[in-house]
Amino acid sequence: MTSVAYDRTIQLGGEGRAPGWWAMVWTIATEAALFGFLLFSFFYLGSQSRSAWPPDGPLKLTLSLPNTILLILSSIAYMWGERGIRAGNQERLRLGLFIAFILGLAFIIIQGIEWSKQPFGAGDGAFGSLFYTITGFHGAHVIIGLCMNVLVQIWAARGTFTRESHLALTNAGMYWHFVDIVWLFVFSSLYISPRLG
Amino acid sequence: MATLAPIATAPLERLHDTWEARPGLYGILATVDHKTIGKRYLVTSLIFLVLGGIEALIMRAQLTHANAHLLSPGAYDQLFTMHGITMIFWYASPVLSGFSNYIWPLMLGSRDMAYPRVNALSYWTFLASGIFIYTALCIGQAPNAGWFAYAPMTLRPFDPGLNMDFYALGLIFLTVSTTIGAINFIGTVMKMRAPGMSLNRLPIFVYGTMTASFAAVFSLPALTVATTYLYFERHFHMHFFDAAQGGSPLLWQHLFWMFGHPWVYIIVLPAMGMVSEMVPTFCRRPLVAYPYVAMSTIATGIIGFGVWVHHMFATGLPGVSMSFFSGASIIIAIPSAIAVFAWIATMWLGTPVWKTPMMFVAGFVVRFVIGGVSGVVTAAVPFDWQVTDTYFVVAHIHYVLIGINVFPVVAAFYYWMPKMTGRMMSETLGKWNFWTMFIGFNLGFFPMHISGLLGMPRRVYTYPASAGWGSVNLITTIGSAVFAVGVLLFVINIFVSLRRGAFAGSNPWHAGTLEWAMESPPPPYNFAVIPIIRSRLPLWEDQLGDETPGMIPGEGHSHVSEGVVLAEGRETFGTSPLEAHPLHVLHMPEDSMFPFLLAVAMLGTAYGLVFSLWWLAILGGIGMLACLIGWLWPRHLVTGERA
Repeated sequence: MTSVAYDRTIQLGGEGRAPGWWAMVWTIATEAALFGFLLFSFFYLGSQSRSAWPPDGPLKLTLSLPNTILLILSSIAYMWGERGIRAGNQERLRLGLFIAFILGLAFIIIQGIEWSKQPFGAGDGAFGSLFYTITGFHGAHVIIGLCMNVLVQIWAARGTFTRESHLALTNAGMYWHFVDIVWLFVFSSLYISPRLG
Repeated sequence: MATLAPIATAPLERLHDTWEARPGLYGILATVDHKTIGKRYLVTSLIFLVLGGIEALIMRAQLTHANAHLLSPGAYDQLFTMHGITMIFWYASPVLSGFSNYIWPLMLGSRDMAYPRVNALSYWTFLASGIFIYTALCIGQAPNAGWFAYAPMTLRPFDPGLNMDFYALGLIFLTVSTTIGAINFIGTVMKMRAPGMSLNRLPIFVYGTMTASFAAVFSLPALTVATTYLYFERHFHMHFFDAAQGGSPLLWQHLFWMFGHPWVYIIVLPAMGMVSEMVPTFCRRPLVAYPYVAMSTIATGIIGFGVWVHHMFATGLPGVSMSFFSGASIIIAIPSAIAVFAWIATMWLGTPVWKTPMMFVAGFVVRFVIGGVSGVVTAAVPFDWQVTDTYFVVAHIHYVLIGINVFPVVAAFYYWMPKMTGRMMSETLGKWNFWTMFIGFNLGFFPMHISGLLGMPRRVYTYPASAGWGSVNLITTIGSAVFAVGVLLFVINIFVSLRRGAFAGSNPWHAGTLEWAMESPPPPYNFAVIPIIRSRLPLWEDQLGDETPGMIPGEGHSHVSEGVVLAEGRETFGTSPLEAHPLHVLHMPEDSMFPFLLAVAMLGTAYGLVFSLWWLAILGGIGMLACLIGWLWPRHLVTGERA
């Protein structure tokens, strides 16, 4: 349309996030909303309940509290490994990812034991249904996070990641930290909040 | 910091070969071209529109007179539910995604969407979920509890078939499509604009779809949670909605409407955005109050999250809560009114050219005002109590959804089809099309207000002659038949245009936005050179000069035909979210089979879950995992080269 010749060069900024990073951010946003609605259901039915909530008194912290700490440590290990690759340290990356994986795996195994020890089943009233659904949703997210971790470990072993280029690592890490942080909300709601009432 | 020098002539053949999908079956299934995906979205959603329309016509035939027995009550239940979910979920939103997919990169000055393979997956899952939900109708077990499916009547003791299992799983399946589609739109608007297309130069259509996408990201999970509970309660004897076991039927209503009301804006805001593109073109002047229209779009999206309880006024909630939501529901009329006044002012100050798209747009404004008024009055609690669950509400939803979605969509077909196919649609047939749809619509749906006020409840399969609703229903049925003829004329016009339409050229309407800069239909690479944008209406700068909105004095004019080529593979610029400074050259992905295969695996899982064939569900799950791993595997580990 315009006849003026374009006579300047384009300056590239180079800063700023890749599209893939934003994709993970908005995936996490929608997942966070999902947990928000799950916890809304928990508090809504709790507030409407005419019997004890939970029915057998507050849930035990014997396993769940140490398990929570395991998951936080797993996030820290991942972060430590990721800091390693930012300094170009491949060994530290692999070690950090491996520790994060083992701690995450331990969390899911202990979560299985926690399920088997509950005095109620998923069909025993609204509290049971919500407990297994919410922790089940979270457990599924942990398993997806662990699958991502395995993939990232394979790629790390093959030397895919460099100091400058490691978006897959950052994204899997963001997801893993999200799974960790959302557990703190789930744990506070299901285990702690009934003790405050 | 890097610099890229402009090249005088673009290597068009190389660009063409780089961006074109391969011929044959592989190319059909593996293409990630946003234009192909957009067209598929449009065609598929039009097929759903026709299916939903046929269901409506069968219902209207049943309701023509009192005590009719064309349909059994059970069949009628399935038809009104399928009509509702088809139109609301498988037509109204996907058709807008189709336009956004096709138009956005052209309008934004990019060569593709941000996540082309996600885009392909979003289409394939949309199609697969539609096939899934229509399987239910084919085996005679279609959803049958209304589109908002209130508990407890959806629970197994009251609805023992597979009907509501199809509903729950079908909606979760579609949610996947809509969510990833929304993330793709958000990523695109943040990263994929031509250099210089800052936020104050974005077309309103982009604001509309962007706001709808944000709303989808935060509201769709409520539907996922609700339908998951429904499936679990029906299949695994869990309790969420069963009051005897500590659940609450109102939990369903809260979750459904926390999703459902934002959804209303998801299916109207992009359509209003399309109107804001067409009005300036046909009134020959820039949109009046552009910043206010942009801001009111976003405000509507936000307030839309705070009005869901107005669907629940009749459930016995506390008065304070109802007053709050009643107030919010009245307030939300303000941003919509701002947009309406902006369109009217643009027509008033401009010189309207009455081509078919403009007629549909004007018809839309009339409808929007009527649907808006019937919405505002039902936001008042006492009035809502009077008309809730009557045909008044049915009239309102149809004025809103046909008025604000179907009319702008038909207008948009007349407006953008020439860009997509290179051929114009017939104006003569278009005028006939408009008047039959406009008259048929008002004849069909306006009397529903009256039957509602006379007390006719929605969703009854027939009524006694003594009720005195016979004549309004007869008029409604005649109107719906006239409306259907209008839709038929529209479909005929599409086919006639494909065969015999006049050639469109690059800019048949002399519009000002960027999608009219290239030839029609656009080449696979969209732009031979990446344009540089300096105003909101780059193609009107010749006429408007320094008065072009969005232009900053001293910054110069837009450059559409000269600029940077980027032809080393599938490349385009990645730009900054606010100012659209070019940050990096993005290497866009090649065609891939994984999106298609992933959707097939998901369809397998969905069938496995609905028929309780657990082996099939697990097989589908393994297939999904395998597809995702293959999709994400770094290319250089396969080819041995580093990107």
